[in-house]
Amino acid sequence: MFSGYDFDVIQRSLPYLFRDGMTFTVTLTLIAMSGGIVFGTLLAMMRLSRFVPLSVLAGGYVNLMRSVPLLLVIFWFFFLVPYIGAWVIGAKEPIRVGAFWSAAITFTMFEAAYYCEIMRAGIQSISRGQVWSGYALGLNYWQTMGHIVLPQAFRNMVPVLLTQTIILFQDTSLVYVISATDFLGAASKIANRDYRLVEMYTFVAVVYFIISYTLSQLVRRLQDRIAVVR
Amino acid sequence: MNYNWHWRVLLEAEPGGTGSYLQYLVVGLGWTLLTALAAWVIALAVGAVVGTLRTTSLAWAVRLGDLYVEIFRNIPLIVQMFLWFFVMPELVPQALGDWIKQMPPPWGSYVPAVLCLGIFTSVRIAEQVRAGINSLPRGQRMAGIAMGLTEAEAYRHVILPQAFRIILPPLTSEFMNVIKNSSVALTIGLLELTGRARAMQEFSFRVFEAFATATVIYLLTNLVVVLLMRALEQKVRVPGLIAAGGPPQAGH
Repeated sequence: MFSGYDFDVIQRSLPYLFRDGMTFTVTLTLIAMSGGIVFGTLLAMMRLSRFVPLSVLAGGYVNLMRSVPLLLVIFWFFFLVPYIGAWVIGAKEPIRVGAFWSAAITFTMFEAAYYCEIMRAGIQSISRGQVWSGYALGLNYWQTMGHIVLPQAFRNMVPVLLTQTIILFQDTSLVYVISATDFLGAASKIANRDYRLVEMYTFVAVVYFIISYTLSQLVRRLQDRIAVVR
Repeated sequence: MNYNWHWRVLLEAEPGGTGSYLQYLVVGLGWTLLTALAAWVIALAVGAVVGTLRTTSLAWAVRLGDLYVEIFRNIPLIVQMFLWFFVMPELVPQALGDWIKQMPPPWGSYVPAVLCLGIFTSVRIAEQVRAGINSLPRGQRMAGIAMGLTEAEAYRHVILPQAFRIILPPLTSEFMNVIKNSSVALTIGLLELTGRARAMQEFSFRVFEAFATATVIYLLTNLVVVLLMRALEQKVRVPGLIAAGGPPQAGH
């Protein structure tokens, strides 16, 4: 079945695929994960705020992001970020932003909506008594959140946050549509140059599978360990 | 931000000569829905079978179901799209492969997109079905067996009717996911809503008008789906049985 296929092309392009492509993918995943969790936690705190405009604003943002396809969001930000950048630094013309930073901002903003819902559930899983005792001890809102609620909420949600990150890792492959050189983008450039689509896309699928499967098994093991402790 | 809005572009004719840009986008929504619905049928059928098999006492079926789920859950959707579109026609017998490659547009993209989305979504439905079945008290199955039902009959009359009602709310969000995920089909050339918004941006240079209109159409579609599914939930609800709200799940 595989006669006539040239698996040598994979070996020849390994350095390019991993040094350029996978580095892009992993860096993007890590930036979007850290940014997304920080921004998502802030959004969750806003959504749970008793100050209505704040919770409406955060709720609207989260629901908007969750209602449109990621691809559309990628297109939005790809064209929007140059304008926002120009507005921030006061330039007249839209500034030039590379595919990487455009993607990093997109995924941070998009994933924040999903991390927000996870963190919101995490915060709500902490009993109200904990918050009240924090206030009773004289802590203010930020101290109560930072020292009592968020550490516990975060700990409860670590497995879900990590699972979401595995999904994020897979989703970064969608930057293909803005011609970024992530792992899939790099493979597709080689595939089209050498006309080796079957070999390259099969290889890409296998690599993504191995990484995602290994990570999800690690998360599962972590989940079991946390479950035993409690 | 100095961007000159020009909303009237929506009423201008698109270069393909099929009507205005607005019509062009609405036809895109039609393709989005056509893709999502066909994929949904596949996903429900396959997902229900795989999810159910994974809860049975058949060890080989459980193992096979796990394998299926792990494979299609751990490969990115766009890569699966490329596998169905570029790789699959090369691996099947040549006559069939040639026939697939010669399908006229848009069917040449539509068929692989539907298969890909259907299988991709079936994995998520299988997980929901399994979770729904496992959330039932064990006594339900045992009571069924004790009454003299076979395992298959217990599933048919006792377990599945309850499980499907429990998983209806998560299925709503899965259906919206199919609608959103169908946008990935633009990478294999299917001109659905997002693909047409991008094409409109390329033809008319009206970037934000195109994407804003597509965004509004997606939001309206979501609203309609939510309302329809809520009505359905009301209709099939068993009085006294409250749908179990599960813990939060990662997903899109």
